[in-house]
Order: sequence, then structure tokens, then C-alpha cells
Amino acid sequence: MIKKIYFQSIFFSFLFFKEAFAAESGGMPQLNPEFWISQIFWLILTFGTMYVVLSKFILPKISNNLESRKSQILENIEAAEKQREDSEAKLKEYDEIILKSKREAKTMFNQTREKALKDIVSKKEVLDKQIDDEINKAEKEIEVLRISAPDKINKIAIETSSELLEKLIGSGVNSSSISAIVDDLSKRNGDKYYGN
Amino acid sequence: MAANPMSQFDVYRIGPEIKVGAFDISFTNASLFMIISTVSILLVFNLGSKRNSVLPNKMQLLSELSYTFVAKMISDTAGSKAKPYFAFIFSLFMFVLFCNMFGMIPYTFTVTSHIIVTFILASFIFIGVTIIGFIKHGFGYLKLFVPSGVPAVLLPLIVVIEIISYLSRPISLSVRLFANMMAGHTMMKVFGGFVISLGLVGGWLPLSFSVALTGLEILVAFLQAYVFAILTCIYLNDALNLHH
Repeated sequence: MIKKIYFQSIFFSFLFFKEAFAAESGGMPQLNPEFWISQIFWLILTFGTMYVVLSKFILPKISNNLESRKSQILENIEAAEKQREDSEAKLKEYDEIILKSKREAKTMFNQTREKALKDIVSKKEVLDKQIDDEINKAEKEIEVLRISAPDKINKIAIETSSELLEKLIGSGVNSSSISAIVDDLSKRNGDKYYGN
Repeated sequence: MAANPMSQFDVYRIGPEIKVGAFDISFTNASLFMIISTVSILLVFNLGSKRNSVLPNKMQLLSELSYTFVAKMISDTAGSKAKPYFAFIFSLFMFVLFCNMFGMIPYTFTVTSHIIVTFILASFIFIGVTIIGFIKHGFGYLKLFVPSGVPAVLLPLIVVIEIISYLSRPISLSVRLFANMMAGHTMMKVFGGFVISLGLVGGWLPLSFSVALTGLEILVAFLQAYVFAILTCIYLNDALNLHH
């Protein structure tokens, strides 16, 4: 409403304005129609030419420039974003590789460690067995020797005593009686000699 | 010549008289400044659109800022339907702006200070907008004169007022620009005359006033071009989007 009142007031003031100036003719060169046609002609010519050149050649170029700059910037941002994503993925991959290799190294270490331990245990077992065997063998031998030792000693004692007696007495003594004495002695003193 | 503040608006022939039939289309100082303005516009925007670098130089920046300025003005006032008329409104705005600005240089001629020039521009806009309105809406365009929500008693009066206001559009549009330009330039001339007549003693006051007026007039020169273009957009909006 205000707009309309405004326009109307301008309109009426223009009428008044024109009346006022038309009275003193020659006061305003604008109201002298001498060059009106010329002005209209040159206005249409210059403005028309400018409009055609601007709309056909210059404005499309400016709009193109703006568009291409916008798209280029968007493209660059996109490329940067893609590169960032790529680098992030690569970084993840790298981390994974590192983690994997670490894990691998650990398992390898554990495996070798276990293997070495197993080896050691098995070797130890073998060695223990051998040692046991040898000990057993040695014990058996000792046992055999210990068992046979009194007999041999007895024999030696019998032989020695019979020979001694022969030398001392000069005649042979019945070996069976000697052996009976030696056996008796050895049985009595066995504890003293063999620690039984 | 200097004594009369209106003599700066005189149109005079440059070169021989050219007549086509009964019409005198001689080359005048007005024609000269129309050509100067047009050529400068084309030069500036041609330079500004020549190279397309991502980082624009000054000319490119100037032309691109003007482009986006006018584009935004049109889309704000007339919406996206007004896009086909962008080139026309851009040329109109630039033409009026450059003519106004060239008029600010001393001893030049202001093309837009002549009612006939602004009236031709305004009536072209008026006729164009009316034709666009009738093409887009047919006789429905006449609904523009019948505002909705008005009591039936007032309707005849309102319709008459609406029609008058519509018909006065070219006059108000042309007179606004012409009167602003003429009044400003006349006032500057008058104050300039005071500087001379009051001399070294009393001339300082009108001189300082004249300096301030120059700044104001440059503002007005821009503002009137802007108003001219934006009113064109508003009229175009009425014709394109009928919602009265």
C-alpha cells in the first residue's frame, strides 16, 4: 500500500514538475525535443550493441569461468579427500602388516622355544635312560662281583691256607676240612669285610 | 556557459548533421558518452573474462563480482524464473552505472540526466514486462490489478488506483533516475559557482560542501543504478510470479 502511494505521489509530482518547467521554456535542455530522436537512436544503437555483445560473448564466458573454477575447486577438494582416504587406508594396512609380523615373530619365537624345550627334554630323557641303564649295568656287575667275591676269596683263602699248611706241616691236609673252616670263618666275619 | 547551472545538460552536435528522412540522428555529445560508457563496459568485462585463472586478477575479480552481484540481486527479488533476463538486467545496470559515473567527471556529459533516455529505457522495460506478463499468464495477468482480501466496496477504487500505479511505473522509474542525476549535478554546479563568486575569502565553505557533495553524488550514482535495476527486477517478478 505504501509502495502504491509512493508511486502515485511520484507520478503526480512529475506532472506538477513538468508543468512548472514547461512554463519557462528553454530552462531545461532536457525538455528541448531538438535532439530527442538522435538520443533515442544512439541509445538503442549503443545499448543494443552492448546487450548483444554482453549476452552473446562476455557473460557466458564469465559464467563459464565461475562454473569451471567452482568445479575445479570441488574436484581438487575431492581429490584431496580421496588422497587422504588412500593414505589413511595405507596407514591402516601398514599398521596391520606390522601387527601381523609382530604376531608372526612371536609365534615363531614361541614355536622354536617350545621345540628347543622339547628337544632338551627328549635328549635329557634319552640321556637319563642311558645313565640309568649304565647305572643298572654297573650295579648288576657290582652285584655279580659282590656275590662272586666271597667265593673267590674263600677259594683263595682255602688255597693259600692249604699251601701254607703244606709248607708249615710238610704234608697235605684234606682240602675239604680247610674249606669248611674258611667258609665258617668267612660267614662269621662276613659282616666285618663286606659291610653287610 | 559556466554561469548557467543548466548549461551542462545542453546537447550539441559533434560533426555534421545526419538526417534520415525527417529524423535528425546527428552524432552529439550524448551519443559520444553513450559510446564511451558502452565501450568501457565491454572493455572492462572483456578483459575480465579473457583469462580464466583459479586465482583471479583484478579485472577478472571485478567482472566476476559484478556478475555475482547482479545475479544475486535478480535471484533475491525475482527468483529463478528471471534467469533468462539476466543479461538484459546486467546490461541495464552496467549502462546506467557507467553513464552515471562518467557524468561525475568534470566537463563530461551525463547521459542519464536526460528524461528522454531514461524514459526510453523505462518504457522499454514497462512494455517488455507487460508483454512477458501476458505471455506467461494470459488475461490472468489482469489479476494484478485486483488484490486479494480487499472488501468488495473498495474494490472499484482499488482497481483504479492499481491501474494508475501500474501505468505510472515507466514515469516513476524514468523520472527517479533523471531527477536524481539532474538535481545532483545542478546542485554541484551551483555550489561550484558559489566558490568562484565568493572568492578566496568566502569560497571555502561552498568548496567543502562541494567536496562532500561529490562523495554523495558518487553514492547516488551507484544507488540510482541499483534502484533502477532492482525495480526492473521487481516489475519482472510481478510479471513472472503473479501473487498479488
